[in-house]
Amino acid sequence: MDQLAELLVLTLAAGTPLVFAALGELVTEKSGVLNLGVEGMMLVGAVTSFIVTAATGSPWLGVGAGIGAGAALSLVFAVLTLSLMANQVAAGLALSLFGVGLSAFVGLDYVSIVITGITPLAVPGLSDLPVIGKLLFGHNPLVYLSLALFAAIHWFLYRTRPGLVVRAVGESPQSAHAIGYPVVRIRYLAVMFGGACAGMGGAYLALAYTPLWTEGMTAGRGWIALALVVFATWRPWRVLAGAYLFGGVTLATFQAQAAGVSVPSQLLAMLPYLATIVVLAIISRDAVTIRRNAPASLGKPFHPG
Amino acid sequence: MHVPARWTALAAAAALAAAALAALPATAQPAAPAAAAPFKVGYVYVSPIGDAGWTYQHDSGRKEMEKALGGKVVSKYVESVPEGADAERVIRELAQSGHQLVFTTSFGYMNPTLKVAKAFPKTKFEHATGYKSDVNVGIYNARFYEGRYLAGIVAGKMTKTNVAGYVAAFPIPEVVMGINAFARGMRSVNPKAEVKVIWVNSWYDPGRESEAANTLISQGADVVTHHTDSTAAVQAAEAKKVHAIGYHSDMSKYGPTAQLTAVTHQWGAYYTKAVQDAMAGTWKPGNVWGGLKEGMIKMAPFNPVVPKDTQDLVNKTAADIAAGKFHPFTGPVKDNDGKERLAAGKVITDADLSKMNYYVEGVQGKLPTSK
Amino acid sequence: MRIRLEPRPEPSRLAGWLSPLIAAAATLIVGYLLFSALGKNPWQAFHVFFVKPVATLYGIGELLLKAGPLMLCAVGLAVGYRANVWNIGAEGQLTMGAIFGGGIALALHESTSPLVLPLMIVAGALGGLAWAAIPALLRTRFNANEILVSLMLVYVAGYTLSLLVHGPWRDPEGFNFPQSKMFGDAALLPILLPETRLNWGLLLALGAVAAGWLFMRRSLAGYQMRVAGLAPAAANYAGISAPRTVWIGMLAGGACAGIAGVNEVAGPLGQLQPSVSPGYGFAAIIVAFVGRLHPVGILCASLLMSLLYLGGESAQMGLALPSAVTGLFQGALLFFLLASDVFIDYRLRLGGRRLRTRAAGMSPAPGAGR
Repeated sequence: MDQLAELLVLTLAAGTPLVFAALGELVTEKSGVLNLGVEGMMLVGAVTSFIVTAATGSPWLGVGAGIGAGAALSLVFAVLTLSLMANQVAAGLALSLFGVGLSAFVGLDYVSIVITGITPLAVPGLSDLPVIGKLLFGHNPLVYLSLALFAAIHWFLYRTRPGLVVRAVGESPQSAHAIGYPVVRIRYLAVMFGGACAGMGGAYLALAYTPLWTEGMTAGRGWIALALVVFATWRPWRVLAGAYLFGGVTLATFQAQAAGVSVPSQLLAMLPYLATIVVLAIISRDAVTIRRNAPASLGKPFHPG
Repeated sequence: MHVPARWTALAAAAALAAAALAALPATAQPAAPAAAAPFKVGYVYVSPIGDAGWTYQHDSGRKEMEKALGGKVVSKYVESVPEGADAERVIRELAQSGHQLVFTTSFGYMNPTLKVAKAFPKTKFEHATGYKSDVNVGIYNARFYEGRYLAGIVAGKMTKTNVAGYVAAFPIPEVVMGINAFARGMRSVNPKAEVKVIWVNSWYDPGRESEAANTLISQGADVVTHHTDSTAAVQAAEAKKVHAIGYHSDMSKYGPTAQLTAVTHQWGAYYTKAVQDAMAGTWKPGNVWGGLKEGMIKMAPFNPVVPKDTQDLVNKTAADIAAGKFHPFTGPVKDNDGKERLAAGKVITDADLSKMNYYVEGVQGKLPTSK
Repeated sequence: MRIRLEPRPEPSRLAGWLSPLIAAAATLIVGYLLFSALGKNPWQAFHVFFVKPVATLYGIGELLLKAGPLMLCAVGLAVGYRANVWNIGAEGQLTMGAIFGGGIALALHESTSPLVLPLMIVAGALGGLAWAAIPALLRTRFNANEILVSLMLVYVAGYTLSLLVHGPWRDPEGFNFPQSKMFGDAALLPILLPETRLNWGLLLALGAVAAGWLFMRRSLAGYQMRVAGLAPAAANYAGISAPRTVWIGMLAGGACAGIAGVNEVAGPLGQLQPSVSPGYGFAAIIVAFVGRLHPVGILCASLLMSLLYLGGESAQMGLALPSAVTGLFQGALLFFLLASDVFIDYRLRLGGRRLRTRAAGMSPAPGAGR
């Protein structure tokens, strides 16, 4: 039983970077912008948070720096696509490439540094409870933060007026513009929010999950986050579930191995991507389903006439 | 044919740019030293040097060699060269730019090294962990399994759960023999000990290594070791307050409480000798597989929690191995299906070691690739 | 004073030509600043980065060797991009091409027949084609976004290759390392330029460039693709079937990428390994854009991109700069290109105050803009 609790804690920990990045991308896509640069933003967030933590000794300052760095990089993308009308796919790819290179470059001197990252807090008395203690109180503080972020985003998008506006902008920017909403500004904010979340996801990796810096340490998680948003049909709670599923796949293969069961790891690793394709086909297959799920203007440039 | 104006403009711009670039000053040549030109040695690394790991140890060896040979030698390294089509160009560039001895420090450089060696017959090459050589290509490797056996002794004595966790990269013979030697070392002092292995299918992926280590710990392992290139496994052990045994480098910086010892690679003496031979003209393509005896493997200082009698046992065993009195794979050796692989009293041959594709008794599970 | 972007009545051709040059110049400026900031002599750094890699015959061979797959993939992708068919999965299609071609090579390992290589190339093209057909099918039948499907398939292809070289296709003599047997001589592309690694794959790439040009400029189908991209509604009205556009767009990219994959394994690699491409499929997207989706532009852009790869490596060896500098430059190049592309479709208006119109229907008074 205790082992099961431990496994759940590990799964949540593994899925958390995806939760951050995918929730951020979800908000961006809800406003109608497709930002493929998640991987680059995560890495830039990771390296910035690591450097600031190493320099100041405060991992929480590092988290803040990571968030800021992700948002700053996404700003470049926003200017290109929202003000200069550049193609979103190309700009996102460029962002990814650039972010990977920039982070590797900037992080060169920090590859060997050891820092004290963010570790799970021990709540006196409560953490030691069998099973429940670990399950409820044994997580890294950033994991709790990710859950709070999920709740906040869900509430924002579906229970507040500004959230409704964001969704409206994503469905039909022309109509939103006609009503008088500042479509471009809203999209800017959505893109930067996505960047901030991606940066936080990167910071989590570098400060909490494996407290070190190494180039390319996100290992494709940014791309998985993109798939995750589609897999979750742009619904926050499905993003959460999917993130733990995707994140937990590797863990599952490891558990099997450690228990003596030999599983070809590549087959299992493929599953999340195949599943995403299937889901995509299912939700897109007719106009009604797709309108119900995907933001209609996703990826299309908007020019205020 | 009418050439549109923009074509002309484009061509002119391109020509201008090309001319400008060509007129750039060439890189200044390094001033030739007054005495004989220093012997140039090149190194190709598969990963960043970092602060610990496979490449860091090679680079430490390179630095030791430079220090030992002083101004007579100048070395250059290229790091993070991916195995594959691009490696050949880098190796070639080193040969081309006057390096007379080039060390290529990863298995995947084997074919590119051989190809470049054919094109540069006067340059000498040494390839690590490979199996193909040539008239100007030697191969070298270290008997990591000897250190693993010693590490196993420490693990066997220190474990309370009798379960050790092994985070491994790929099921190649070098890794497998390490696991087996570790298991045999453990069981030589603790017959109830078991080793669980997780294959992460990557030499360097701190996230996965960490997950693997945590999974092993959650399944009862209280000693964690690894055959991967990052410090993640040791760090995970430190965070979960279990024991760890580092590999490649002394990782006590990353796991001050956790690390009991580490199996470290020492290439300095080997590199110094190889370069000296090359300079003296006595270099021959070798097939070197050195271990404790040649000083290519060394155990890191023991964590103070390791009791003195264990330390003494390890040191004595190390001395025996170095003196040739003991071999970690001395029969009887049974695989974990119970089949006998080596008869009692016999010592395993190097050839059989290089082909090892089974787990010994005490290692759980099935090798992913064994038939 | 307000700065506005005003749509042009028709795209500016001058801007179309100037934009890659501006982008290249801007990237060079960034490079200058970067090298200076790192304490290197920028001119020397430029020399090491841009000139040294191609100063020898071998270097030129390497430049062309690396440009080949970029050219090949980009030409195929451009066919689709012109028609707004966004194939992002060239990397996966390349991998599949390598698998199919490599599979033939391994199956016919002992053969010395001159047919082996052509068979491999055809197989590779079919492999890439088949892999691109999946997003095409899902887009035409299920309306699924081909960007995401083709991207997901990149990972599936990668894992498939890994599965094969770790398992059934692993070299039995290879000490359990994940790689296939070395291909026989009949399965290797002959060397084109002696003393270099440049092989006949370049001819295939150039052939693709020529074919691409012929297709886009001289064939009805190519014309229809361009129309479909520029004015989808008009194209539909004219009877140019949208599904056909998608199929042609995706399959062109897939086939070309597949051939590029075979070129890699039948060329410098000579076997199947867990990774057969350092990201050519993704870099080709940048090449396609920088080359303005035009075969000749793509030719030039692929050479530039190839030079950036080689330059990054040369900078590592000659300037002790990290290899990451290549990705920096490539990303920056595309950023600048996208930014300067804005002037193709939009005009910068440093407008004064917007004049109140004198009467409804009248255009603004002269002098308001120019």
